[in-house]
Amino acid sequence: MPSDLLLPTRKDEAFRYADLAALAPLWPVAEERIVLAAGERRALTLTNTGAGAVARDLAVELGAGASFTLHVLNVPGAYGRIAVRAVLGQGARFTLGAAQLAGGEQTVELVTEVTHAAPDAVSRQVVRSVAAGRATANYLGKVLVQPGADGTDGEQSVRAMLLDRTATANARPELEIHADDVKCAHGCAVGELDANGLFYLASRGLPPADAKRLMLQAFIAEAFTGAADEEALQEAALAALEALL
Amino acid sequence: MLTIDNLQASVADKPILKGLSLQINAGEVHVIMGPNGAGKSTLGYTLGGRPGYVVTGGSVTFLGQDLLALEPHERAAAGLFLGFQYPVEIPGVSFVQFLRESLNAQRKLRGEEPLSGGEFLKLAREKAGLLKLDMDMLKRPVNVGFSGGEKKRAEMVQMGILNPRLAVLDETDSGLDIDALRICGEGINSVMRAPDKAVLLITHYQRLLDYVKPDFVHVLAGGRIVRTGGPELALELEERGYEAVAA
Repeated sequence: MPSDLLLPTRKDEAFRYADLAALAPLWPVAEERIVLAAGERRALTLTNTGAGAVARDLAVELGAGASFTLHVLNVPGAYGRIAVRAVLGQGARFTLGAAQLAGGEQTVELVTEVTHAAPDAVSRQVVRSVAAGRATANYLGKVLVQPGADGTDGEQSVRAMLLDRTATANARPELEIHADDVKCAHGCAVGELDANGLFYLASRGLPPADAKRLMLQAFIAEAFTGAADEEALQEAALAALEALL
Repeated sequence: MLTIDNLQASVADKPILKGLSLQINAGEVHVIMGPNGAGKSTLGYTLGGRPGYVVTGGSVTFLGQDLLALEPHERAAAGLFLGFQYPVEIPGVSFVQFLRESLNAQRKLRGEEPLSGGEFLKLAREKAGLLKLDMDMLKRPVNVGFSGGEKKRAEMVQMGILNPRLAVLDETDSGLDIDALRICGEGINSVMRAPDKAVLLITHYQRLLDYVKPDFVHVLAGGRIVRTGGPELALELEERGYEAVAA
């Protein structure tokens, strides 16, 4: 699915919830190709915290036994879209840990397509979104298991937290399986902060904004557990969170 | 210290407290007993300011302030501690982090200097030791994976750290084995038995009162205090039941 010259429309599934007006000046988005040789291990962190609109388009190819770990902090000024397509060779491992935060009228989105093209590959995706105000946070994630890719092990854990009733989260984990011996799991939840927890923290003297921050910090932290630059990511996420609350 | 006058409160538009009055002075331990559905927990939550517990009449004065006008976190800073019957689990947030932030938020509202990390840990270690709770447990996420007894002991450790003027303890004794009951009882005494402090214990059973000697025992039924007496009233209730005593 190389970037087309024509701006996509909402009829295109991958752009269904996109902020097309914000995307238009960025279009076409250049594809960034990342190729991992057999057995190669690599990690990448995308910290999208700039002002304005940002769109990235990553195409990752993992050779046999290769391992690619991607961490994403998507906190744009206006619009942030990160698209990742990963094709996994035999026994390869793809790990994604992503957090996205949006307030005001912002749209943030993460669009992934992970293709298990050969046997015994593993994919792990943990995505945490926080939306406040009239913001929209999207995750569209497809896991495609091609014929013959037996022994596939794929997991998607997708959770979104809405801080206001006017905020929107679209979460669509998707599985397309063309092999028999496959283990694929996905969990998906959109919710609000636990009112019991907030009252419990407040009853100890924590002001409401601090109580929310603590709980959201923990929520987001799940995306960055085990990252090489975990501390820096958590700090950047915390700063974004404080700006949101 | 605490004056509750003709308090009326509703939950989901259903009146639960129907004119409850109670006076608690510094240095006193009061116990509220009563059958299920009498409004015991509602009283605790209403004093704590839990959303959904709507005061429809009456007043509560705490240390000279209108308690009902304060937000829950302001009530804590004013010196109120609410011990939960079912302490809430908060994944990913450690006791140490949340308690230090809570204590310092209280101190800030009172115009006091914040405690440093070192000072706080020293305090937490001391109070955990008092309640025989392993300090390592306070580094874990709030109440997650704790047994019922551990949760209640952790409540008492929090009370020790936050050092309130008035503790409202909602069924602190439920879910405790005999040893944990004694430890919690002794914890309440060591933290709260002081001339400038007071305790309001909400309980079903007399057994906690073997360790925490009350000055007054009240029977709550139908949203009101229907009888008040000394420690002997708790024994009478245990023997004859609520129906006979509250009638």
